[in-house]
Amino acid sequence: MIVAERKPFDEIKGMVAGYKKVLTIGCGTCVAVCLAGGSKEVETLNAELKLNFGRDKIEFGSKTLERQCDMEFLEELDEIAGDYDAFVSMACGAGIQFLAERFPDKPVFPAVDTSFIGVNLDVGWYEEKCRACGSCVLGLTGGICPVTMCAKSLFNGPCGGTNNGSCEINKDQPCAWFKIYERLAAQGRLDQIKEISPPNDWRNQIPRKIIQPGYEERVKALG
Amino acid sequence: MKSGSNLEKILKAGHFAFTGEVGPPRGADVEALKKKISFLKGNVDMANVTDNQTAMVRMSSWAASLICLEQGLEPNFQMVCRDRNRLAMQSDILGAYAHGIRNMLCLSGDHQQFGDHPQAKGVFDIDSMQLLGMAKKMRDEGKFLGGADIDVAPKLFLGAAANPFAEPFEWRVHRLAKKVNAGADFIQTQCVYNMAKIREWIRQANDMGLTEKVAILPGITPMKSVGMAKYMKNKVPGMDVPDEIIKRLQGVDKKKVADEGIKIACEQIAEFKEMKGVSGVHLMAIEWEHRVPEIAERAGMLPRPEV
Repeated sequence: MIVAERKPFDEIKGMVAGYKKVLTIGCGTCVAVCLAGGSKEVETLNAELKLNFGRDKIEFGSKTLERQCDMEFLEELDEIAGDYDAFVSMACGAGIQFLAERFPDKPVFPAVDTSFIGVNLDVGWYEEKCRACGSCVLGLTGGICPVTMCAKSLFNGPCGGTNNGSCEINKDQPCAWFKIYERLAAQGRLDQIKEISPPNDWRNQIPRKIIQPGYEERVKALG
Repeated sequence: MKSGSNLEKILKAGHFAFTGEVGPPRGADVEALKKKISFLKGNVDMANVTDNQTAMVRMSSWAASLICLEQGLEPNFQMVCRDRNRLAMQSDILGAYAHGIRNMLCLSGDHQQFGDHPQAKGVFDIDSMQLLGMAKKMRDEGKFLGGADIDVAPKLFLGAAANPFAEPFEWRVHRLAKKVNAGADFIQTQCVYNMAKIREWIRQANDMGLTEKVAILPGITPMKSVGMAKYMKNKVPGMDVPDEIIKRLQGVDKKKVADEGIKIACEQIAEFKEMKGVSGVHLMAIEWEHRVPEIAERAGMLPRPEV
């Protein structure tokens, strides 16, 4: 899932100051799961904002959509959007942008910092796992991503800073290449990393679009 | 000859190589750099010129390398993967070669988090292994990484680093093999203090036939003080300092610790001179350049052969 963190209150406060009616919009998918921007967090943020600004200065409304990265759900805002002069979105960066695209005349402010694609280690505890580089090598590296989990994104690690299983940046951060070695050794697959991995084809350097096979005609028709 | 560098000639002639290191200044203080160079000139076969080491901004390694050249000290232009993408790397390789630089050391680079700009975006477009391969392709095939022809190819003698001590130890020799396959002509290792471990690593490299393909120069850094030894042991990732070294330094009169450090270094150099599979040593006298002439003398490395 996409993991986000709520922005510091003062930063959010600074963005909405000066507006009269503000709608705080949550997202019911990734950011709800990671406890950053679901309906509960929308209510919490609005309560803080109301307390801070006082009831008469800014009016805060709330709404949580199933997904802000889908026009089908954004449509639900069409009827009420006119009642507000600004939006605060608690969705990830994709959701915020799609919301702003749906309502181009409306100021849209992010209430969260989108952090990473990650996993749930426990309630409220998440770890980054994927940088969406666009050319996955997990099959070669024992299911451990060298781009994300190695602080230098090395394809032929470990570097000289590997420190008894830890990364040079921090003793609590495992060395990805130490783990890759251990896992492949246990599986008898070390030969895979004896070959040199060639320079990566970084496919995340331009805005990307994907059309799944079979949908080309449909996309063409939509223009 | 791949590059015609002094180091390459020294190795080819079968001499035991002796290389040094120069850290560029934290500014444009050319005089300070020239002073450091003066201690190394004539006492080493070439000197590594570090590239923003420990991720601190310093005079660029190619610019400081040019000053070395002017002063008559052959530079080993260090390049890290942290600060340049593949375009900048290739253009710097061409520029360095055009100005007479003939050796280059390919490194990953310390993480930017350690330095004076921890907010920086680390580049790491390619890694040190891929940098070696790219520089070899430029030299031997006359082609850029992207495949296009180079008009005049940069003929550099290519070096790489190795840390024979980091865990998993059994992987270290395979990583060395990868660097040799990628294009390393010479290897300079992490500072050596654990002789038992490096003997084993060299033995493995001999068994795999790697030392016939690559010149290995173990790294030597004399301990200046007990504090330095403890710091190296406890704080520097990837460093292996056995307790015996610390005990030995503690065992001498306080005023004689640095001398004892040099003595240990000389003993190591003497052993490496006789060790099958070792082609030289790399002296990293960190902020101790003025002692290099003395160390070179005491280690029996002088005079350096003319080739």
